[in-house]
Amino acid sequence: MSETKLIVNGEERSVEVDPNTPLLWVLREQLKLNGTKFGCGIAQCGACTVHLDGTPVRSCSTPVAAADGAEITTIEGVGNDDGMRHAVQAAWVEHQVPQCGYCQSGQIMSAVALLRDNPDPTDEDIDVAMSGNICRCGAYGRIRAAIKTAARA
Amino acid sequence: MGKWTRRGFIAAGVVSGGALMVGVGIREGHRAPKLAKMMTEDGETLVNVWVKLNTDNTITAIVPHSEMGQGVFTSMTQMLADEMDADWDKVTYEQAPAHEAYANYPLGREFLMGDTKVPGMVQDSLNGGFLRIAQSMGLQITGGSTAVRFTGMGGMRIAGAAAREMIVKAAAKTWDVPAKELRTEKSFVYHDATNRSEPYAAFAEQAGKYAPPTQPKLKSPEEFKLMGKPLKRFDIPSKTNGTAEFGIDVDLPGMKYAAVMGPPVLGAKAEQVDETYAADMPGVIKTLNKGWFVAVVADSYWQAENAVRQLEVTWSKTGAESLGQSDIYALLGQAIDDADGKGKEDIAIGNARRAAGGAARVYEAEYRVPFLAHAAMEPINATAWVREGKVEFWSGLQNPLAVRDEIAGALNVKKHDVTVHNVMLGGGFGRRSEADYPLMAVEIAKEFDHPVKMIWSREQDTQQDWYRPASISRFKAGLDEDGMPVSWENMFVQKFDPPEASHIPYKIDNQLIQHTEAEHHVRFGPWRSVDHTQHGFFIESFVDELADQAGMDGYTYRRKLLEHSPRYLTVLDAAADAAGWGRDVPDGRGLGIALVDSFGTVVAQVVEVDVTGPEPKVVHVWCAADPGYVMNPDGFTAQIESGIIYGLTAALYGNITIEDGAVVQSNFHDYPMLRMRDAPEITVKLINSGAKVGGGGEPGTPPIAPALANAVFAATGVRVRSQPIASFKQGLT
Repeated sequence: MSETKLIVNGEERSVEVDPNTPLLWVLREQLKLNGTKFGCGIAQCGACTVHLDGTPVRSCSTPVAAADGAEITTIEGVGNDDGMRHAVQAAWVEHQVPQCGYCQSGQIMSAVALLRDNPDPTDEDIDVAMSGNICRCGAYGRIRAAIKTAARA
Repeated sequence: MGKWTRRGFIAAGVVSGGALMVGVGIREGHRAPKLAKMMTEDGETLVNVWVKLNTDNTITAIVPHSEMGQGVFTSMTQMLADEMDADWDKVTYEQAPAHEAYANYPLGREFLMGDTKVPGMVQDSLNGGFLRIAQSMGLQITGGSTAVRFTGMGGMRIAGAAAREMIVKAAAKTWDVPAKELRTEKSFVYHDATNRSEPYAAFAEQAGKYAPPTQPKLKSPEEFKLMGKPLKRFDIPSKTNGTAEFGIDVDLPGMKYAAVMGPPVLGAKAEQVDETYAADMPGVIKTLNKGWFVAVVADSYWQAENAVRQLEVTWSKTGAESLGQSDIYALLGQAIDDADGKGKEDIAIGNARRAAGGAARVYEAEYRVPFLAHAAMEPINATAWVREGKVEFWSGLQNPLAVRDEIAGALNVKKHDVTVHNVMLGGGFGRRSEADYPLMAVEIAKEFDHPVKMIWSREQDTQQDWYRPASISRFKAGLDEDGMPVSWENMFVQKFDPPEASHIPYKIDNQLIQHTEAEHHVRFGPWRSVDHTQHGFFIESFVDELADQAGMDGYTYRRKLLEHSPRYLTVLDAAADAAGWGRDVPDGRGLGIALVDSFGTVVAQVVEVDVTGPEPKVVHVWCAADPGYVMNPDGFTAQIESGIIYGLTAALYGNITIEDGAVVQSNFHDYPMLRMRDAPEITVKLINSGAKVGGGGEPGTPPIAPALANAVFAATGVRVRSQPIASFKQGLT
């Protein structure tokens, strides 16, 4: 056990855990941020995607020690400063993307990172950025369309 | 709509606080006065309540189904609100608690199926429950694509219409005007002649004094204001900001975490558990050997999961340890051999054998499909708190009422001492209609005073599933000089549900469809569209082969065999037209078509495949679907898109195999899923034929595998008779 300091959605947080604990479980169990989901545990499905210093990472396979001092953004921190939806979230509603919705936090985190780095992504760019996120409800077509809508927003 | 049977009733009354409740229910032996009495005693929970008109003029629909991605809360509420002429902006829903009052089987049993008797019911049998859903509608089951077509058509609409009629009657009495001079719109009653209008709630008390109409008048489709509209789903905003609460998100004070491990060879028991190492690991509170599984409870899930993997378990021998996948295929094939043409009859029309004997020639083929896991995104989980003889339970369930009964039975407590909280499912696909994981969670939790949340690893989720069965199907067709079939013989192994899944839509005068049984230890589970997944592939591949034998393309040949059915032809034509069937495609590409009628919905799909890469890539899927009437076009389209991707994932990659009796695959690296880069463009055409309303959740799935296999044939001349199809080139030598 050791103390790890995290900056989560702009807030400083400190946790006492085994430094090997995956960031996912610290977010969910210690910090009670349940929007980030467990899917596979081996960085295959993307349900646990969060931003670590702006980069999308799979929190199920990121030891919390690797996030010490880092800025972490989760789905709960994605909205704009005034509490409004992010353009990606608005596009997700407009296109009625989610079905079961379980993978969507991860999908949105990947999409937000994509659009920040690449405001006008091609289909190939979307393929590359989004193929790490599995959706078992098969909402891929709507995700693609929503990303393009958000890019125009 | 069918007739409203004598045993059906609509109950109504004003509950505490002045809200009007109107419910539809049917229960043998319960007469309305008795139920009215029950309602007065216990307000909301004793009747099959579907609507509540609140004093602030908002309306709450109570939906007896689970939300697992299909938008059921929205479509159910939409049907009710339309009949009620409700203001959609002021309508909300509640999910019905797990209570008999909300069970949907009476509707299915008595109203929708006339007076068809149901054998034995499924009251206490959950694991077998789904098998009988076609006969019984199960118990508050979400599955079998039943919500819109049964609960919606037989419950929500009638409740809404009855509530509206009662309010109108109350307004007529209050204003002393004839009811026929009144009109309703957006939760208000209007009397235009005197320029009066009042919200529905103003008449709730008076309306509650009336006996509900026994046969409320339902709208005809031209009168629909909400049905048929692409209303946005209630649950979607919460699924874009992390606030939607799934089973895995349940968080209780003092809660601990459990990780489990089931037997690698399904059915084995843990004989010995060496916990020497695991028990001393950080955070570990207790290790448990429950025989049918082992578990570790710890302060955090990660600690529990690490520790459970360190338990050294000696599993009992079941006799299946030597079984491999090829053995299973061999025993399935052997079962068909052993049946020797004398299986259990699904269909016998004319004399198929004699017709084949007299045919110009016969054509035969055999097809095979592998086991499939469900692989919902949310790994199996459940939370339980057992104390003082009472059980509180949280999970995402497709059959919450039966789970409650199973838990009561397993822990030997009274049913009403078990409270089941059904939370959102991160995908269901049939897996969450089983009771194994709820029982595991309560078996663990009963060892503690505090709540325990059990989470399965993805590996457990994959290896402890109830699987879409591996199956083999053999066909023989007698053909005339033009290659048209004069006979259709089919023998397949293992039949589950629904019973008509092996039937063909084509007009062939002589048919003999039979099945036989086979035994192995890999347990069956309903998997999106159940038996239609395999029979869709079998039947639609074989028809395509016959088309080729006749020198025709698959579309033209099917058209000839569907001339008797305008509905099928319309759907087939719509898919073919959308795809531009008959156009030239580039080298290395091909078009394939398939049509399957499942759960009351007719679906045809055309696949364009590109085979120039190492694996076939589906470029585009054109789909036409006729569910009779589309309640929510966008929601229905989403379900069809989803069904296509789910079926395509299985067709391309799905392959659960058995080695030394155990499931080999464990996670997404070896049980791969279709991803964004592989996802085809999908075009969906909806058809409102006016036929009896069909389902939406499953019918998109069955046609995609055969449409893909048929497209691969068109592109390559290679007939793929087994799945997974992604690896078909490896089979070429």
